[in-house]
Amino acid sequence: MTITHAHEGSALNRTRGRLDRIGDPVLKAITFGAAALAVTILGLIAYELASGSGLAFRTFGLHFLVTQDWNVNFDRFGALSLIFGTAITAVLSVAIAAPLAVAIALFLTELAPKPVRTLLGALVEMLAAIPSVILGLWGILVLGPFVQNQLEPFLNSTLGFLPFFRGQPSPTGILTAILILTIMVVPIIASVTRELFTTVPPELREGALALGATRWEMVRGVLLPAARPGILAAVALGFGRAVGEAIAVTMVIGAQIGIHPSLFGHSDTLASRIAGQYQGASTNLQVSSLVYLATILLVISLVVNVGAQFLIRPIDRRPRRRRIALDRALEAQGLSAD
Amino acid sequence: MTEPIFSLQTSGRLRRRQLISRAMGAGAAGAALLAVAVLAVVVISVAHRGAGALNLDFFTQSQAQGYNPKGGGVLFAIVGSVVLVGIATLIALPLGVLVAVYISELAPPRLARLARVALDITNGIPTIVMGIFVFTMLVEAHGQSAFAGSIALAIIMLPLVARATEEVLLLVPSSLREASLALGVSRWRTTMQVVVPSAIGGILTGTTLAIARAAGETAPLLFLTSLGVNSHADANPFHPLQSLTLVIFEYSEQADPAFQAKAWAAAFVLMCVVLLTSLAAKLALARYRKKLGG
Repeated sequence: MTITHAHEGSALNRTRGRLDRIGDPVLKAITFGAAALAVTILGLIAYELASGSGLAFRTFGLHFLVTQDWNVNFDRFGALSLIFGTAITAVLSVAIAAPLAVAIALFLTELAPKPVRTLLGALVEMLAAIPSVILGLWGILVLGPFVQNQLEPFLNSTLGFLPFFRGQPSPTGILTAILILTIMVVPIIASVTRELFTTVPPELREGALALGATRWEMVRGVLLPAARPGILAAVALGFGRAVGEAIAVTMVIGAQIGIHPSLFGHSDTLASRIAGQYQGASTNLQVSSLVYLATILLVISLVVNVGAQFLIRPIDRRPRRRRIALDRALEAQGLSAD
Repeated sequence: MTEPIFSLQTSGRLRRRQLISRAMGAGAAGAALLAVAVLAVVVISVAHRGAGALNLDFFTQSQAQGYNPKGGGVLFAIVGSVVLVGIATLIALPLGVLVAVYISELAPPRLARLARVALDITNGIPTIVMGIFVFTMLVEAHGQSAFAGSIALAIIMLPLVARATEEVLLLVPSSLREASLALGVSRWRTTMQVVVPSAIGGILTGTTLAIARAAGETAPLLFLTSLGVNSHADANPFHPLQSLTLVIFEYSEQADPAFQAKAWAAAFVLMCVVLLTSLAAKLALARYRKKLGG
């Protein structure tokens, strides 16, 4: 075995061999350390927020969640109005964004000609890359006047019999925040949904089309059912983004405590209240209450993220899903064929 | 050839079904157009208002004396942004690559999954919460500093760098690994000298995307590095520094139109940097994927 001899003969190779022997465990230890750090950061975030909100939690307890006040002068704080503001802006923006985003994903995967596809896809993703502070600036100075002078008077005159569309038109407020959040959420849902549609096996599509389904029937009968859990997960991710957006919302929502049905009115969300009060919380209790708000946000984002992962997981079990999708496709055909 | 017995013209229900299908297609096209139109309106209005306020002073001067909105520039914020994002990258890039190497090359499946889930959850945490976290951990005791802001940005970048790296590591053909191992090269040398270098293009483009994202972040910096406004150009990471995003945020709330003009100009500069780098990185990543995948 000349090779072994040469190997053992060279001093260089001998140090190499030693290096190699310790190299493996060292690399493993270093990379493990990095991964452990990444996991530890999560724990650390939870710990710091819990300890930081301790004072507010001891003072207000869970009543914090059902109290409307946010009174700096009397040191009384509660999150109810902020939870309301967060819920209404996030739910409505996702409700507008989800159908739009799914339609965009359908257009990009099913209808658009190939060269247009890449370009349009890139443009939609660019929408997601715009920094939120720039969207906020645009929201105050460009979108705001449009909302005040055109959109809100129009909504008031056509749908003013509903309490949601009454009140003084204003450039800032819930409606402006919803529109800005919609712009942020659409590209997120669209890009995830687009990926999902491309993973649906082509034979399912072709099967449906060969059975005489129109393109829309193929989409409704095959594509959407096959991608449904993934779309729900994408919507959950978009919701998480809408809930957590602080800067753009704080710039356009008006920073007001109170619960009212009018979408024209001012409000505030959990995240935007934290951002809006950065210029110096005056008391320890106020700081602690802001951390309490952050803790609520953390819990919401955990629930949403873990939920989204649960929804995505069944997709990995392809065969079963595929069977279901195929069954549905055939069923749809049986029902709708002439 | 005999005449067809049945008419090939569509009629009745079939025509209705085709009409519905076309209407839905038009709706989908409309949605895509709407998204592109919104992008165009935002980009054009920022460019229109921002480009007018740009001049050489904007890049080379800092705040004019006495918080005077007229004249002066935002050099201090540009320097601050570079320092903040630079330090964050120095932390997040090596850490992210190591985490990805562990997940995709070395970890037992269960630990790899745990780490992946942790990264995804970290990625989903609102950035303002990161700001509060670093505030309670560092700033309450040690005061504001650019360094604190960089840590918050690094935590935001870490999952992005790690997941992007993991994705390209998975694309490295296993024949490369096998060839290297079969030649008697040890595992760590195979990983660090064969696998990672052949994925370096993808790792760097993934990092560029993370940098573009961090450069546009405002929320995590609010509590960490914004007070005690330094309006002269300062690059010391242990001082509180301003950033372009913080300047846009602050100037947008000022009533003076001269401040708003500066906010637009800063927004224009930031938008160009962020959109162009992320577009370039996405194109590079797509080409790189094609090269490795095909």
